[in-house]
Amino acid sequence: MMGSENNNLPGKGDEEEEEFYHPLSTADQMQTLTLDGDDDYHSLNDDVSASKSYSNYRSAMTTISSSVAEHPLLPPPSIATTPAVADPLLFPPQNPSLDSPSYADVIFSPFHDRFPESNGNGEISGEVTVSSPGSQSSSSEYLNIIVSNPQKEVESSNSIVPAQMFRDYGGSDFSVRRRFKDVVTLSDRLSEGYRGFFIPPRPDKSVVESQVMQKQDFVEQRRVELEKYLRRLARHPVIKKSDELRVFLTVQGRMPLPTSIDVASRMLDGAVRLPKQLLGESRSVVEPQDVVHPAKGGRDMLRFFKELKQSVVNDWGNSRPPVEEEDKEFLEKKEKLWDLEQQLTNASKQAESLVKAQQDMGEVMGELGLAFIKLTKFENEQAALNTQRVRAADMKSVATAAVKASRLYRELNAQTVKHFDTLHEYMGLMLAVHNAFSDRSSALLTVQTLISELSSLHSRAEKLETASSKIFGDDKSRIRKLEDLRDAIRVTEDAKSCAVREYERIKENNRGEIERLDRERQADFVNMLKGFVVNQVAYSEKIESEWAKVAEETSKYVKESM
Amino acid sequence: MNVQQRSGSGPLVQSPRSPSSQSPYLTVSVSDPAKMGNGVQAYISYKVITKTNLPEYEGPEKIVIRRYSDFVWLRDRLFEKYKGVFIPPLPEKSTVEKFRFSAEFIEMRRQALDVFVNRIASHHELQQSEDLRIFLQADEQTMERARSQETGIFKKKPADLMQIFKDVQSKVSDVVLGKEKPVEESNPEYEKLKNYIFQLEDHLAEAQKHAYRLVKRHRELGQSLSDFGKVVKLLANCEGNALGKAFTELGAKSEILSIKLQKEAHHLLMNFEEPLKDYVRAVQSIKATIAERANAFRHHYELAEAIKFKEIDMNKLRLTRSEKLGEAEHEYEELKADGAEAARRFDRIVKLMNEEIVRFQEQKTLDMGLAFHEFAKGQARLANSIAEAWRSLLPKLEACSSA
Repeated sequence: MMGSENNNLPGKGDEEEEEFYHPLSTADQMQTLTLDGDDDYHSLNDDVSASKSYSNYRSAMTTISSSVAEHPLLPPPSIATTPAVADPLLFPPQNPSLDSPSYADVIFSPFHDRFPESNGNGEISGEVTVSSPGSQSSSSEYLNIIVSNPQKEVESSNSIVPAQMFRDYGGSDFSVRRRFKDVVTLSDRLSEGYRGFFIPPRPDKSVVESQVMQKQDFVEQRRVELEKYLRRLARHPVIKKSDELRVFLTVQGRMPLPTSIDVASRMLDGAVRLPKQLLGESRSVVEPQDVVHPAKGGRDMLRFFKELKQSVVNDWGNSRPPVEEEDKEFLEKKEKLWDLEQQLTNASKQAESLVKAQQDMGEVMGELGLAFIKLTKFENEQAALNTQRVRAADMKSVATAAVKASRLYRELNAQTVKHFDTLHEYMGLMLAVHNAFSDRSSALLTVQTLISELSSLHSRAEKLETASSKIFGDDKSRIRKLEDLRDAIRVTEDAKSCAVREYERIKENNRGEIERLDRERQADFVNMLKGFVVNQVAYSEKIESEWAKVAEETSKYVKESM
Repeated sequence: MNVQQRSGSGPLVQSPRSPSSQSPYLTVSVSDPAKMGNGVQAYISYKVITKTNLPEYEGPEKIVIRRYSDFVWLRDRLFEKYKGVFIPPLPEKSTVEKFRFSAEFIEMRRQALDVFVNRIASHHELQQSEDLRIFLQADEQTMERARSQETGIFKKKPADLMQIFKDVQSKVSDVVLGKEKPVEESNPEYEKLKNYIFQLEDHLAEAQKHAYRLVKRHRELGQSLSDFGKVVKLLANCEGNALGKAFTELGAKSEILSIKLQKEAHHLLMNFEEPLKDYVRAVQSIKATIAERANAFRHHYELAEAIKFKEIDMNKLRLTRSEKLGEAEHEYEELKADGAEAARRFDRIVKLMNEEIVRFQEQKTLDMGLAFHEFAKGQARLANSIAEAWRSLLPKLEACSSA
């Protein structure tokens, strides 16, 4: 794939470089990346394995796209122009459904073209009206995001790679420059603000050297990933309305989202209120309570340890925790989802290898055809007898059929890759599910911890009260202590109510998301299967007719050798 | 199977329209491979059944047991005796121990041996060979004795043959490149033929290589579909009613297609790749004949030179009235006789080769025509199966959408 025009400008200064988010560095310096203590993902292993399969898939895609030498998502132009291919199965209104509906508006092109139909005012563009019940395209807002034009910019001592985005938001277009670090920030903010939702996971930070950062391929790959990521966000019914996303996509200059939610710094900056101020909205903002966020390091250290202790008690203690995950339906669904994840992983892998096998078949068929074409030429040039010319003619028709079949196999494959993309997408989404469910369990843990704390506070208060009834005289300090305790109990009660509310909220988010996932997955899979099957049928019929011709032409040899 | 169709120009020996009593025929079949012996000594034996009414043969049917090295013996004898004829090629010795007894290898070899013998039996020169008769009729002890006598005298070791090929090849390229002119015929048509044969081998080898890879790809795609089908069936369990059924059906069809692909791979191997390999072997056999012709020419030429010198000697002796004249004259006559014989041999080779090349080209057009037909038929059949299998899924998918 070519980079955008700007990348072709001469001069080394325009080579892309990438800088990476290094949490410990105060100055933004160019340096070799070290992977930060990754607390966005609940397990690094998942991250690596998901990215591995993505990279395999990506390399298959690149190979295919470079050999097909045409846009992998659009029907190959050669098919469109060949008159022989007036196959109703290939180019019916079903054609858009060759793209699974969740990707109806994906463009991989780095160029600045936008959908001509987009008008952002809540109209549904023609391309998106795919007949699938579960598709999100029926929502009233339409966000079209293109990530393009990666450029190296030099700012004082920094080198950054911003990405430009065009976007429709309420009828207007926006173009902002963002760097990967901003994407990380966006992702962090979303995962904190939207606990319980299946938030699409962001592209990986890469553990590579700065040399690799500059390579065209790497930058292009990252651009594609970013575009996909942002589009997924834009398709999520809740997230697409989020302030965080809006700020990311529309605010010029440096992105004003805070890079951490360390409570102290947040309070100091007042940064939390900033996005809303910028956008001029005045709706009342509920101040986020501490407990609404999971405990992290730093200022939350004490709470972190308390919850850690609680989780140990849960696992090893003899008594049951004060509140438990009781929702049977949820537990069942969770089990089913983990099973689905397993099957999806396997299916995704096998789909990749199927695609590769199909690709190989097409390639060898083409090489065989070429070898016979050479033979044909040779025999014709050297022919001393007529029978050689006859043989050359037979060879030619075989060679032609083989070359045609090869091309058909490869085109079929390019389409197949698109269809199976659905599998890979849903496999990637499983990570989001894991995150959402662990939001739930950590919220539950918070509740449990607070309840334990409350009960220990209560018992301490009781002890103090009973102690006082025995002693007459000056117990000012005891009374003070008791008052302190009662204060603490009150605050803790408040916190507990808050935590419980939060937990219930997350549970509800989970429930809604599970339902949405099931619904959309059903629709997307049906479309995937339809597209795959329709394609296979169409191309196989075509291939069959080519070979049938040759079989007919050579049928005379069967009789002769009897 | 297409075995019978591949037996070259058919089993009939002479004109089928002979009005008198039953016309002469000689048909042979190679069948029933069986493993004999144990361990390192183990080998495969074949049943060779001869049906004939020819007087020299014990008719009407005779069955003997032969092994691969017997066929090699026959080929070598024919090669020695019938110079100028393109001796039908044999399948290769197996180089990899592992595959020596695989079913596929054995079947391919059996088929190739059957074709080999039938081509000999239908060649108007070769079918009269005494060695053929021994091969088809003799009991096993006689055969074994005959085989073991071959070491040293008649048996050309592969290394020798290779050397000959190399010599011919380098001589051809020398001539082509305009380098030194060794003792070679200066026959432009023949040069063209030699060039043609050598280049043809390269082209055919490449085509055959790709054909073999195509067979492998069929197998790999089949395997991949089978794995995919299994996995998809498991995925079906995670999904609800209509969709789950659709996935299950997808898995089932994948597995069906996997089997069809394996079948097609086998068909491709036996009916397309093997004929191509046979073609390559035939060309290599021609190269061996080319080497023989070069030898014969050299022999003839050297004798002719020797005769010339002898004549000069003789005349010298005549002038000096030496008593050695008688002896020299005698030797001269002998040389002339040898020379005539060598010339005769050479001319015969040339004549045979001219006929053979015509036969060869005709035969190959037929053989390849059939191979192409089988290839195309197989591919069409496969594509048809694929289309059918997937098409049958559409109703179930429709049910999903409406559900």
